[in-house]
Amino acid sequence: MTKELFDCRVSFAETLIELASKDKRIVAVCNDSIGSSNLKEFAKLFPEQMINVGIAEQNMVGVAAGLANAGLKPFVCAASPFLTGRAMEQIKADIAYSRSSVVLCGMSPGVSYGELGPTHHSIEDMSWMRAIANLTIAIPSDPNETSSVVQWAALSSEPIFMRVPRHKIPAIPGTERAFDPTKAHVLREGNDVSIVAIGGMVHVALDAAALLEKSGTSAQVIHVSTLKPLDEKTLLSALSKTKAVVTVEEGTTFGGLGSAVAELLSQNSPTKMKIMGIPAVFAPTGSAEFIFDHFGLNPEGVAKEATALIK
Amino acid sequence: MLAADTQQVQWWLAQRSLLSGSVQTDEALRHTTLLELSDQSRLEILRIIASAGLGHVGGDFSVIDILTTLYFSVLNIDPKNPEKEDRDWLILSKGHCAAAIYVTLARAGYFPQAELNTFMKPLSFLNGHPSRGKVPGVETSTGPLGHGLPVGVGGAIAAKLQKNSRQVFVIVGDGELQEGSNWEAAMSASHYKLNNLTVIVDRNGLQQGDSTENTNQLEPLDEKWASFGWEVIHVDGHSPTSLLEAINKPRSDKPRALIAKTIKGKGVSFMENKAEWHHKVPSPEQVNAAIAEITS
Repeated sequence: MTKELFDCRVSFAETLIELASKDKRIVAVCNDSIGSSNLKEFAKLFPEQMINVGIAEQNMVGVAAGLANAGLKPFVCAASPFLTGRAMEQIKADIAYSRSSVVLCGMSPGVSYGELGPTHHSIEDMSWMRAIANLTIAIPSDPNETSSVVQWAALSSEPIFMRVPRHKIPAIPGTERAFDPTKAHVLREGNDVSIVAIGGMVHVALDAAALLEKSGTSAQVIHVSTLKPLDEKTLLSALSKTKAVVTVEEGTTFGGLGSAVAELLSQNSPTKMKIMGIPAVFAPTGSAEFIFDHFGLNPEGVAKEATALIK
Repeated sequence: MLAADTQQVQWWLAQRSLLSGSVQTDEALRHTTLLELSDQSRLEILRIIASAGLGHVGGDFSVIDILTTLYFSVLNIDPKNPEKEDRDWLILSKGHCAAAIYVTLARAGYFPQAELNTFMKPLSFLNGHPSRGKVPGVETSTGPLGHGLPVGVGGAIAAKLQKNSRQVFVIVGDGELQEGSNWEAAMSASHYKLNNLTVIVDRNGLQQGDSTENTNQLEPLDEKWASFGWEVIHVDGHSPTSLLEAINKPRSDKPRALIAKTIKGKGVSFMENKAEWHHKVPSPEQVNAAIAEITS
């Protein structure tokens, strides 16, 4: 059966529109990214609540800090490579260090812009943002979770970075619930190996576990939504049940989910691990699907690494 | 986070009521009173920098007359209620001149003056660069250069959306204008017709290593601001009367840039116009010599 696939920018925009219609504090801040953030309808409905500063990311993030410090609730919507890369110091000083209540929405993250090449890939964003104190990092795995993260972020006063996936992904079971930033979820029980996944890789992990079952391996799947702070309790308790852990993420293997889990396990309960993602290279050009296959970030690739790890 | 010193706020309010208003019956008296207040702040800056063994005295002395004029004569603020919704904002983008803003905020009663003794010492709230999370009255953390103006633009856009009377003042160093983020923000400010935004350029002509013009030429600086759609006024940054006259001029629909001619190290002859006093710390003998000059 073919699964229905979703572009999470759709639920992102629908949710933001719904919130902005009731709460005039909500403003979108863009860098000529209204179309690519799927916010044309938002801009049409709420022209006053759309601040488009043009192609100027440092200014965009600084302006968002000013808007927030004055009592508004800005959602900065910009392609993740430029938002996080170009405006990193503004994110650190103006948003995180200043505890400015801004939601940074990294649109088209990871290898969404696969064909456009490594300048437009955003495989570093989770690692860069994870290194910044005071910043909560939420990485939705499907359209429902994208919506619930936006709803939670609108009410939070903390600085937040979230990713908004662009390439199409299926829905994940259980994501209809309200977002709880403190919780990771065990989606599937298993005894032989654990697969910890985040964002658009959660469905890959579930499919990998189904493949493993066919070959007689019982795999546990853990869905991490909040990369920082990590739900250490759930992870330590669940990961103690298996002798090996595979992590899967759409990003560099340096400093992201795999690193976070390795930091946790190595200091508490050292466990054999395989960190899957984009290794120490710029990814080749090609569609997102091509790049995932290239690095084995598909059910077969994850199942293969899991099998090798427990041999 | 530090809390207000109510007694000090009372003192500041008394000064403020004498020194505020767009026109004074005795403008000369206001001018000299503000300069006296400013020199008292210079002494305090000197004291805390000598005690810390760290600081940026040259820039502090260059900007202090501007800060004194704004805090004692212009800004609509309430140090007892630093988050007051319709308050004016002052952002010191040249965050390395933290001593100058800390001394000014303490004299307005935002926090006890005794706290100044902790300047740059371990675990102090008073870092070498001001932190929004630690010091009341600091609207955004600064230190890395080119950060204040974009945040000021955001505050000014918000005031328009909220129909709030807030005026936003951003003090930038001149060397700092070599950072491109300022010019991104300058474009936005005129695009959004932010006539509630005033930039004051502390134009002392010197940056850390040399003059601005030898390093990365800024002139013609007034034409640069004007070409970005700003109203530009040249002022004397050490003259309260000159500053107040410009600040109180009726607004067009443009953001306003005051290019304030200043002297790095102003008030102490051996510091004046010398790039080395960007962050040189005076010896005890130099402190005494400086006190003698400021109080003479």
